[in-house]
Amino acid sequence: MPLNLDQYVSVHATALDVRAKRGELIANNLANADTPGYQARDIDFRQAMARAAGQAPTSGVHLSTTNAGHIGGNSSADAATNPDLKYRTPLAPALDGNTVDAQVEQAAFAENAVRYQATLTFLNSKFRGLLAAITGQ
Amino acid sequence: MSSFKAFDIAGSGMAAQSVRLNTTASNLANAESVSGDKASVYKPRHPIFQAVRASLSTQPGDAQANPAVKVAGIYESQAPAVARYEPGNPLADTNGYVYAPSVNVVEEMVNMISASRSYQNNVEVMNTSKELLLATLRLGQG
Repeated sequence: MPLNLDQYVSVHATALDVRAKRGELIANNLANADTPGYQARDIDFRQAMARAAGQAPTSGVHLSTTNAGHIGGNSSADAATNPDLKYRTPLAPALDGNTVDAQVEQAAFAENAVRYQATLTFLNSKFRGLLAAITGQ
Repeated sequence: MSSFKAFDIAGSGMAAQSVRLNTTASNLANAESVSGDKASVYKPRHPIFQAVRASLSTQPGDAQANPAVKVAGIYESQAPAVARYEPGNPLADTNGYVYAPSVNVVEEMVNMISASRSYQNNVEVMNTSKELLLATLRLGQG
């Protein structure tokens, strides 16, 4: 039985990708912590994973587009390229319209980093398993 | 490679916060720079931050596509100068007044602390991203 390497690491490779994207988003939130009117964003991880795995998420309402001129339902600027992008519900929005909560973002970034490392560990052990099988020791 | 975007983002945040630190330093240093007439007195400066709106999943190599923060400009506060009656001051006008900039020292100190904390946040983001990338590079080596 031939081993499909893509399938062997698939979930973790996808997870690593989504984690890296989420890290970028949170980095962007932290960089804009003092920008008036900036609204913090985050990824719905479950939805992003489901989409990356090729399954459309079951929840959510979409407008049907029957004509090339129609615009899809999700009107956010990045919706076309990344429909999993959401705005964070602020704990304490600032008077200038900024919804970045530095502590929340720091916590989210740390959590994301740890989970990224966990995924790396899983991948590493998979490769170790492969190596053990190849070398036969 | 998309993971390097985190460096650009954190770097832009650090650059923006250091502009803010610079303006704060300038304001604090000139808090007591009095002048003989209202027009030529130092005006406190403040940066205007602006989010760069861009999609996170655009094609690589698109230099304008990186989301980040930028300094849209630096505005000079239009708050009126504070008149002080100092007839002995050689800079005083005919009525004996000198004019001091309307720098709120407490506000500037708070700005400084906020800017340095935000800068540290961005440094942490950069450090963590670097560690994660290095760990990714070591993937499969044990």
